[in-house]
Amino acid sequence: MIGLEHYLTVAATLFVIGVFGLFLNRKNVIILLMSIELMLLAVNINLVAFSSFLGDLVGQVFTLFVLTVAAAEAAIGLAIIVCFFRNRGTIAVEDVNVMKG
Amino acid sequence: MITFAFYLFALSAITGGLFTVISRNPVHSVLWLILAFLSSAGLFVLLGAEFVAMLLIIVYVGAVMVLFLFVVMMLDVDFAELKAEMAKYLPLGMLVGLVILMQLAMAYGAWDANSGAEARLQAAVPEGMHNTEALGMILYDQYFLLFQLAGLILLVAMVGAILLTLRHRQDIRRQNVLEQIYRDPADAMKLKDVKPGQGL
Repeated sequence: MIGLEHYLTVAATLFVIGVFGLFLNRKNVIILLMSIELMLLAVNINLVAFSSFLGDLVGQVFTLFVLTVAAAEAAIGLAIIVCFFRNRGTIAVEDVNVMKG
Repeated sequence: MITFAFYLFALSAITGGLFTVISRNPVHSVLWLILAFLSSAGLFVLLGAEFVAMLLIIVYVGAVMVLFLFVVMMLDVDFAELKAEMAKYLPLGMLVGLVILMQLAMAYGAWDANSGAEARLQAAVPEGMHNTEALGMILYDQYFLLFQLAGLILLVAMVGAILLTLRHRQDIRRQNVLEQIYRDPADAMKLKDVKPGQGL
């Protein structure tokens, strides 16, 4: 029988993969954003699993808000990347602190 | 059957996540992430949260991942160069990942539901109602202000994204509506009497 622990394990693994991705792709902002999406997905799995096993719907409502914020974050992040790429011709993040105005 | 489905979805979600992170080509990364999202939607269906599952597919796979795909394909980036230093951060990433995994394992190992948790439910799942219907009942009732706030966040994000990426190009011809409206047939056309054998 599949219990709450199984879902929590999947979520924990996905979260750790997301953190691992943040370290692995230090230069590529697009993959960094994708890693953040992965971590948020792990959080959502946790919320929905608890919501389902405790019989409380609030977890799913919270998941909706997390989804909203994650979508907004992805849109703004990608817009910043496009803007940055237009100005500098690269998306390597270590040059971001060179603010020439 | 449910056990098999769980392990299938869990395995494909983790595989998708792992290959998202280690894939060499960002387009492949996006596609693997789509696999991770789809299998997570499967997990949500198994948990009885159909509405969130469908939302994940429609919003994430249908909108956000397509946006990622567009940006990855639009930006002409030399990704091989960006990947070159990947091995440098591998040990640190492994270390941090292992530490977090151990912490989570310890937390989950010691975790137990409080016996009074049943009495503290904010919104118990109602009987004889679809998941979507029940979610709508509390979302438009108890959490209505937060719902409006979520809409505001999306509006701000939309305005911000448009403002960041909009640029007015100077070197193209634009339609000048005012000039077109004020155009008048009398001076729009001139009649010239051209003599034979010579130009204007």
